[in-house]
Amino acid sequence: MSEPLPPFQRFLDAHREIVWRFLLASVGPVEAEDCFQDTFVAALRAYPRLRAGSNLRSWVLTIAHNKALDSHRARARGAIPVAEPAAVDRRTEPSPGARDETLWEAVEELPDRQRSAVMLRYVADLPHRDIAAAIGCSEEAARRSLHEGLTKLRKAVPA
Amino acid sequence: MNENQPPQEHEMVAEALRRGPGAGPGASASAAGALGGDAQADVERAAAGAARRLADRAASEGLADVSYAPVDSPFGPLLAATTERGLVRLAFPEESIDTVLERLARHLSPRIVESSAPLDPLRRELEDYFHGTRRTFEVALDWSLIGPFGRRVLRVTSDIPYGGVLSYGEVAAEAGSPRGSRAAGNALGSNPIPIVIPCHRVLRTGGALGGYGGGLDRKRYLLELEGAIE
Repeated sequence: MSEPLPPFQRFLDAHREIVWRFLLASVGPVEAEDCFQDTFVAALRAYPRLRAGSNLRSWVLTIAHNKALDSHRARARGAIPVAEPAAVDRRTEPSPGARDETLWEAVEELPDRQRSAVMLRYVADLPHRDIAAAIGCSEEAARRSLHEGLTKLRKAVPA
Repeated sequence: MNENQPPQEHEMVAEALRRGPGAGPGASASAAGALGGDAQADVERAAAGAARRLADRAASEGLADVSYAPVDSPFGPLLAATTERGLVRLAFPEESIDTVLERLARHLSPRIVESSAPLDPLRRELEDYFHGTRRTFEVALDWSLIGPFGRRVLRVTSDIPYGGVLSYGEVAAEAGSPRGSRAAGNALGSNPIPIVIPCHRVLRTGGALGGYGGGLDRKRYLLELEGAIE
């Protein structure tokens, strides 16, 4: 018999940091809070219907990925005026931050799927199989998105 | 196509991604992608704050089915849990929080969050009660953790006035129990909301304390507080 679902608070405590980290990297500090709230509200609504023994980390990051996409789409439509992810950094961080600034601008430029693949791999440490499940594609396609995204970021950052 | 790139290049990008925006290279003092102490602490604090806001919101907007929080008592912090209907559980400090929460998840709903505000009315009533300035509790109760027989026993128990006592046999008889005082004792012993449902007011015939889920010292303390015993 599989383990019953943990109380939601325990699930929240166990995953709040990975979700925060993923959203901070995906949508930036300004929108991370709203995306975080939307992610866990959606998780809370669906929670009792979840099969016991589900991979909770992969599940909540799939939701977070979708909320990050919504946020990017809204921003692309110009619906919400928002600072770039690196903008906060830019004022507080002196010259050593220049490399990072370039990197986060490049992250912002990535196609949605590539950005999510890169973040799910390097920020959330998900295996390729779970990345594929989260962004809704084959494992091969997930590997390809990850590789392409990473290649673009490497080119953007001055060696 | 990446033969020309030194492998560290990948690592540097990966490491910067792990640090997240807002943390320059100087923020990472430690090696191999691990975060420096300050940046790590900042992320943890921000995530904890966001989680706290989520839990409070889930409780106040009715998205969660159960809210819990510690409430003060002379016995130490009690774990109190409430549903939309009312107080459903009050646990003594020695009970494991995880065990209490897991049972609530199994028997009521896994949508459980920690939030202090829904327990504020109970907090005020308990404070008054332990100061001796309150004789009855007014917070609503949720009886859903209590079976049919337990409900009959505990409703009789709820009607015992402050300062009064009944025997196990009297409670059993009033609850209409053919099973007698032992069954009533078991129902009292599994009272999920002690103090507020005053199972401490049930004694052995002749006045011996009998049993108490929270320990006899506490039963005596409560009865002395209420002036039921010297």
